Formats: sequence, C-alpha cells, structure tokens
Amino acid sequence: MNNPVLKTMKEGAITNNPTFVQLLGMCPTLATTTSVINALGMGVAVIAVLTFSNLFISLVRKIIPKEIRIASYIVIISGFVTAVELIIKAFFPAIDASLGIFIPLIVVNCIILARAEAFASKNGPLLSVVDGIFTGIGFTFALTCIAFVRELLGTGRIFAASDGTGGLTLLGNWYSPATIFLLPAGAFLTLGFILAIVRKIGDKAEEKNHRKELRAHLDEAFGPVAAAETAGAGEVENDE
Amino acid sequence: MSNIFLIMFAAILTENFIFSRFLGICPFLGVSNKPSTAFGMGMAVTFVMTVSSAATWAVYHLILEPLHIEYLKTIAFILVIATLVQFIEMFLRKYVPSLYSALGIYLPLITTNCAVLGAALLNIQKGYGFGESVVFGLSSALGFTMAILIFAGVRQRLEIANPPKSFRGFPILLIAASLAAMAFAGFSGMSFS
Repeated sequence: MNNPVLKTMKEGAITNNPTFVQLLGMCPTLATTTSVINALGMGVAVIAVLTFSNLFISLVRKIIPKEIRIASYIVIISGFVTAVELIIKAFFPAIDASLGIFIPLIVVNCIILARAEAFASKNGPLLSVVDGIFTGIGFTFALTCIAFVRELLGTGRIFAASDGTGGLTLLGNWYSPATIFLLPAGAFLTLGFILAIVRKIGDKAEEKNHRKELRAHLDEAFGPVAAAETAGAGEVENDE
Repeated sequence: MSNIFLIMFAAILTENFIFSRFLGICPFLGVSNKPSTAFGMGMAVTFVMTVSSAATWAVYHLILEPLHIEYLKTIAFILVIATLVQFIEMFLRKYVPSLYSALGIYLPLITTNCAVLGAALLNIQKGYGFGESVVFGLSSALGFTMAILIFAGVRQRLEIANPPKSFRGFPILLIAASLAAMAFAGFSGMSFS
C-alpha cells in the first residue's frame, strides 16, 4: 500500500467511502435510490463530474487565489454539471425524467466540493483523477447497495427501467411488495440499517486487527502460550 | 388567492422539502442537535430562500430567457445564491448586528444547501410567476424549518436512549427520521384541486 495511486484508490472507494464513512451527499443518496437503474445513472453522472472537476481544479490550483477558491471551485463544478446535464438530456431522456432536478443539484453535492478542497487543491492531476474516479465509484457502489435493497423489497424485482417496466423478478408471486421502501420513509430506514451493518463490519475488522496486534505483542513479551490464553479469554468475553 | 394557498399547503406539508423531496438533508442532520440551533438555521434558510427565489426568478426571466441561454441556469443560479448570501451577510453585519450574530455561522453554509438551489430550479420547472415563486420559496423554507425543529425535539430524546452499539449516532437518527417521514406521508393523500 505504499504506492500513492493504490492508496488513493482504496481510500476513495472503501476506507473513506463518501457515503458510508464520510456521510456526505445525503440528498441524492436518499432521493435517487428508488431503483438500481436510477442509482447507477446518478452514480455515473457523479463519477463524470467528480473526475473532470478534480482534474481541472488540480490543474489550476496554483493560479487560483486562496481567498476566492471556493467560489471558483463552484463555478468550475457547475460548468461540468451543466455539460453532464445536457448530455443526459440528449441521450438518456428517461434517466433525465426520473432524476429530475437532482442532476443540476450535483453542483451542491458536498462530495464534489469536499474532494476539490481536500484533495484536488493539494495534489497533482494524475492522483486527483484517480481520486475522482474512485470516490465516484465508492459513491455509486453505496447508492447501488441502497437501491438494490429498496427496489427488491419495494417491488420484488430489480433492474426495472425508469418507467417501471422490465427487470428481473427475484422474489416470486408469494412476496407482496412493501411499497413503503419506495417512499421517503423507506429511504431513511434502509440507509439507517445499512449504515449500522457497515459500522458493525468495520468494528469487527478493527477488533480483529487489534487482537492480532495484541497477540503479536504478547508473543514477543511472554512467548506463544500466554498469548493464546489471552486471546481465548478475549473470545469468551466477546460472547457475552 | 386559492392558488397561493395551495402552493403554501403543498410546500409545507404534502411536499415537505425534507421528508418528501429530500432537499436540505445535510443541514437537517447536521445542525438539528439543539432546538435553538435548529431554529437559527431555519430562520437563516427562510430568509435566504425567499430572497433567492425572487432573485433567481428575475435572473432567469429577465436575463437568461431574452438571451436564449436558459441552459446556463445552474451556473447562473449558484452564482446568484452565493453572491446573495455574501451580500446578506455584509448587510446584516452592518445594519442588524443582533440578527447577524444569531445567524452568523449558518449563513455561509447556506450557499451549499441544496434546498436553496432546489427551490430556485423547481420554480422554473413548475413555471411559477414572480409572486408564486416568492411564496413557494418562503413556504418551502417554513416547511424546512418546521421539519428541522420537530426533529431537534426528537433528537433530544434520542440522546438519552440506549440503542445497540452499531446503531448509535447516525443510523438511529436516520431511523427516527424515517418514522417522522412516515408521519408526513400521511399528508400525501390530501389534495384540494
């Protein structure tokens, strides 16, 4: 993990996931996850804007005066958002209809401004592009997870098109769809549970790392036997 | 007149910005930890959103439309809002220092509040006139304030609750928000048209 490109990739998509870890960009996360197709459309739009704005801001980072940098970033970002909006309107009218004003609202998505301020303004163009792409992938992944749960429980199908047709029926006729998952209440509920699960997994991984460190430490100090005993004791304590 | 009433009713209850449109979730979750801060944020948003609805309407219909550059509305609106927030901040600091010190820290945050830009874009999308735009901006912001205040009350109770470890903090907040959204979904069946 000494390679800065690999490190940036991992941080953007997993360890510093914009949605699950940094809790940024909640509006589109909740609003556009009624179906997997919508979530992917939103995700790809954000990847495009984030990559280009990171690249551009990184290129001009030494020219922009410090005092007006935020305003300049917003203008640069809104330029790219307008471009993406026009492209989506022209080539994917169905996605444009279902995402509505959330495409232009990418301008005020905190993820993009946060990456511009925290990363692109301090790093070179190559790393900034990598950071943009992988933070975008992390965002898309999070959105897709939420949309998968919501669409599956809300309709019994996944990958339905924006107009509600087609898709893959995963839950058969025995399942009566819980429409609440398509409503705003379901969005909050799903995100709440997914965040709790993500945190549980994170805690487990941390605990495992911690125990490994402890064992190595004890091995060094007292020899393998004492360490095994301590680890066993830790196991029992954990079951309670 | 009835039209104005309908816009207000829809913006505050049936199409509440937080609970049905998902606009302004960041400040909703960020500054709702105390009723007093929630109220400060709500007032600042109300102020900016009403003025910005008027300003963006004027910019769109008097500048962008005659020049046929409507596609630049996102850039134009975000600039108008950022400038407006800056001006309001300067004006309040000079002439209403008491209000400035009350709203102070919330004002700069409003530029990136998607509710403000969202209201401006919705005004254009719905084809509202000037008066309707201002009413829509004002009542949407009032709906936002109401939601954030209600939630600040809920949050104070959550502070002393004891949820499972993984749910502590943000997840349990979202689940509480989900329950509040369910309550607001009850309004969605109401219609006067």
